[in-house]
Amino acid sequence: MKKNYKQIPIGGMITKAGNSEEYKTGDWKSFKPERDEKKCTNCLICVNYCPENCIKVKNGKLNHFDLDYCKGCGICATECPFKAIVMELDTECEL
Amino acid sequence: MNFKELAMASNKLASGHRSCAGCGFPSIVRTVMKATKKQIIVSCATGCLEVTTTIYPYTSWLTPFIHNAFENASATISGVEAAYKALKKKGKLRKDVKFLAIGGDGGTYDIGLQSLSGALERGQNFVYLCYDNEAYMNTGVQRSSATPRGANTTTTPAGKASFGKLEWKKELMQIAIAHGINYAAQASPHNLIDLYNKAEKAFNTKGPSILVVLSPCPLGWKSNTNMSVQIAKLAAETNFWPLYEYENGKYVLNYEPAKRKPIIEFFKTQGRFKHLLKNKKLLEEIQGKVDEKWSKLKKLCEEK
Repeated sequence: MKKNYKQIPIGGMITKAGNSEEYKTGDWKSFKPERDEKKCTNCLICVNYCPENCIKVKNGKLNHFDLDYCKGCGICATECPFKAIVMELDTECEL
Repeated sequence: MNFKELAMASNKLASGHRSCAGCGFPSIVRTVMKATKKQIIVSCATGCLEVTTTIYPYTSWLTPFIHNAFENASATISGVEAAYKALKKKGKLRKDVKFLAIGGDGGTYDIGLQSLSGALERGQNFVYLCYDNEAYMNTGVQRSSATPRGANTTTTPAGKASFGKLEWKKELMQIAIAHGINYAAQASPHNLIDLYNKAEKAFNTKGPSILVVLSPCPLGWKSNTNMSVQIAKLAAETNFWPLYEYENGKYVLNYEPAKRKPIIEFFKTQGRFKHLLKNKKLLEEIQGKVDEKWSKLKKLCEEK
């Protein structure tokens, strides 16, 4: 994200709270989480343990992994009590 | 509170922060900040948390946030709290606000201890959260007074001449409790519900309160990124990091392992203790100290 001097706020202030979401940390990972929907009970334990907050919940159910932010640490797969999450090699990542 | 409710609660630390994969503190900070529905003002000492969440021109904080030098997170929050009181007295502010100061172990055990001590003594109404990753991880794994005996760090390297850090870990909980505060708790990120309950109590306590939370660090502890939470769990199961709280003069033990695991189970998971696994004499010594601390704590908890 490059800005010219006219686009930068006075004093170089950050005007939006939580704007780190513009910075995608997803390209750090070499493994990505895959969920087995049959095994998943939507207990949402993984959501709380995920350091990146990238496991998204919709209507009280686990919706998807936001791979834009996932760093591939694998905590979700280790902590899942039903072994519903597996870490797989991320072959789509750009080199 | 259960995991479902905790997951649905509003989140105050955004994604896109640049802490290492498998870092312990994002989930700790999120859980603590979920424990109150009121507005929070955060002051954060220099350390991993501050460095990774506020890289210019980005910020991950969805709350008012003040960064200050290494040593004065508690002094800053004291000033903010005093200003808030004054404004409230004049009727210029009506909102209920909670105050949270956050520091790593370097910013709490070592450098920030005097300002923390001052703020605790003055009875300022705030919560102090110490995420303890047991060394100066941000600057490249130097020993701190929170580093346990035997750990390999860059300033206490293990080799032929030494087995790592020679000194024992400082007891921050006892130091904080000695100030006569109402609430202090030791927690671990493997049990987030327990951490949530403690944070809720801390926010509702009148006067200062402190939360000391173990924060696994894959980089400095030389462990696998996916094992962070399991390592924190092992720390509790081996009594290395007992979960307890101190409330209005009473100690309460929150978790007692049915069968205490030997400390080597905890050491095995981390590269920083790799050299200790064959050093039986030192292992016995550390095990003895852990058991001694545990029995002391149990006695304190049984007192009425």
